[in-house]
Amino acid sequence: MLKIVHTILVIWMLAQASVANAALDIEIIGAGEHQIPVALVPMGGDLELGQAINDVITGDLQRTGLFRMVNTAGKSPHETAEVNYADWQVRGAVALAIGSVNKQPNGHIEARFHLLDAVKQTELAGQAVSGGETQFRAVGHRIADLIYEKLTGDKGVFSTRIAYVNRQPKSFSLIVADSDGYNEQVALKSKEPIMSPSWSPDGIHLAYVSFETGHAAVVVQSLYANTRRVVADFRGSNSAPAWSMDGRQLAVVLTRDGSSQIYLMSPEGGGIHRITFSGAIDTEPNFSPDGKSLLFTSDRGGSPQIYQIPVEGGAAQRLTFAPGNCFSPRYSPDGKSFVFAHLTGGRFYIAVQDFQTGQMQTLTEGGWEKKPSFAPNSKIILFASEARGRGILATVSSDGRVQQHMFTKNGDAREPVWGPQP
Amino acid sequence: MKKLVISIVLLNLLAACASQKPKEMTAAPAPVAPVAAVATAPAMAAPTAMDPLNDPQSILAGRSVFYPFDISAVQDADKPLVQAHAKYLGENAARKVRLEGNCDERGSNEYNLGLGQRRADGVEKMLKLGGAKADQLTTVSYGEEKPRATGHDEAAWSQNRRTDLNYAQ
Repeated sequence: MLKIVHTILVIWMLAQASVANAALDIEIIGAGEHQIPVALVPMGGDLELGQAINDVITGDLQRTGLFRMVNTAGKSPHETAEVNYADWQVRGAVALAIGSVNKQPNGHIEARFHLLDAVKQTELAGQAVSGGETQFRAVGHRIADLIYEKLTGDKGVFSTRIAYVNRQPKSFSLIVADSDGYNEQVALKSKEPIMSPSWSPDGIHLAYVSFETGHAAVVVQSLYANTRRVVADFRGSNSAPAWSMDGRQLAVVLTRDGSSQIYLMSPEGGGIHRITFSGAIDTEPNFSPDGKSLLFTSDRGGSPQIYQIPVEGGAAQRLTFAPGNCFSPRYSPDGKSFVFAHLTGGRFYIAVQDFQTGQMQTLTEGGWEKKPSFAPNSKIILFASEARGRGILATVSSDGRVQQHMFTKNGDAREPVWGPQP
Repeated sequence: MKKLVISIVLLNLLAACASQKPKEMTAAPAPVAPVAAVATAPAMAAPTAMDPLNDPQSILAGRSVFYPFDISAVQDADKPLVQAHAKYLGENAARKVRLEGNCDERGSNEYNLGLGQRRADGVEKMLKLGGAKADQLTTVSYGEEKPRATGHDEAAWSQNRRTDLNYAQ
């Protein structure tokens, strides 16, 4: 059912980089098994810009818990020829990042950086990175991605975005932000609840649940054009939107035919096709990376557990058997495992389970930990948690060793979801 | 909250029993019966000063049904309340009620949306069996999104596991 909804409840800003004030206070807990000592020399050229970019790179790498920042005081090589490797070996650095940055007459930022192996005295990467006048954070994130990839072998996710809901006493806001919390944009502000944001694979649309019409309805919103559309507004509750990997389908949960069941539909509305046929609550569908199956939560066996079903429908296979209840499954982007929320002994934990071995690993200490989602590199999991009596966002590395707690300035942060690789 | 509802229900039942006996004795004479029949004609739709929905002593003043954890079936203690509302709706065809299902926080937000919907749908079914018509009833769920009480304890959770009968839409 198509509806273009114009509502005075909605305000949003177009997706231009806004002035960066950190909207999230981030605390790091834990460290990786081996921390790579890296020296990040602030760039030469425009020294103020160089320091600002250096702060972004340092923050990005520190938040992973995988790096130890080596002191760079007293040394400032900006070109490879200026590097005295003995200086850095004595400080224990394994890698060294140097470079220079300048602003062009048109305001554009141009940076050139080199990542050097301090032990072998070779260049690991050398690249020019540029951005618009206000884009120094994006330039910093790009360089951090390159450093991270070269030193860990994994793809960096510093240039990605997240979406989440901020709940205040009288309003709910759907927020889109950089994965470090900067450049916060309000995609929707409403007096009624907002739930379950879901990114389209191309990062252009968000699907979510809004109660603005009086009950749960699924909305698809373009983050760049000025449009939003209610795409599912049937009897009862319409919820849990999830995009297929090709962006052509939405899985949703509708109660129009009785209990909560899973359907596929077009993101533009229409084309509705039912997938599950139980009398139970079947919800939280999530497409596999290869597009062939869905994970979902169901209480068809008596209590909520995780099941898998072919995308055409058919027999569902139960995947979780631990004591307690399991909710909110999401595939890892590499397809090897899935993450979910596990309620047992009165606490919610974040856990991952390997598809091949069936082994489950609990990653967190337990509390009110819900709604986990993977970063695009399958190495970090974002979830909703609670600390100091407030709803916060949190991350945990896929090996459970490093955690972040991310506090909004006010209100309760909830319903987070990691965005795609840009 | 649940105990208060039960008390109100019991008090009203007792009051009803107490008042019935004298009426039975005086209803026998023929002239009284037609007057009584007109007074309770089901076609009367407009709320009058005597509308039991506005009577704080009436069982209908109870507007919430409560549940144990993870349960969506109407509990025995709430059945008289639901049946009273069903009868009222059957007799007042113009009245509409919105059934709003809610949950405590001990599930995912989406699972709780489904559970709240199942609770509201369960009350709807019982109302229809008791005389309400489908077009008088709407069911929605707020899951755990609009809690009446906050707190990570049973005192809060028990208040949130409920379906509200909302006549004032």
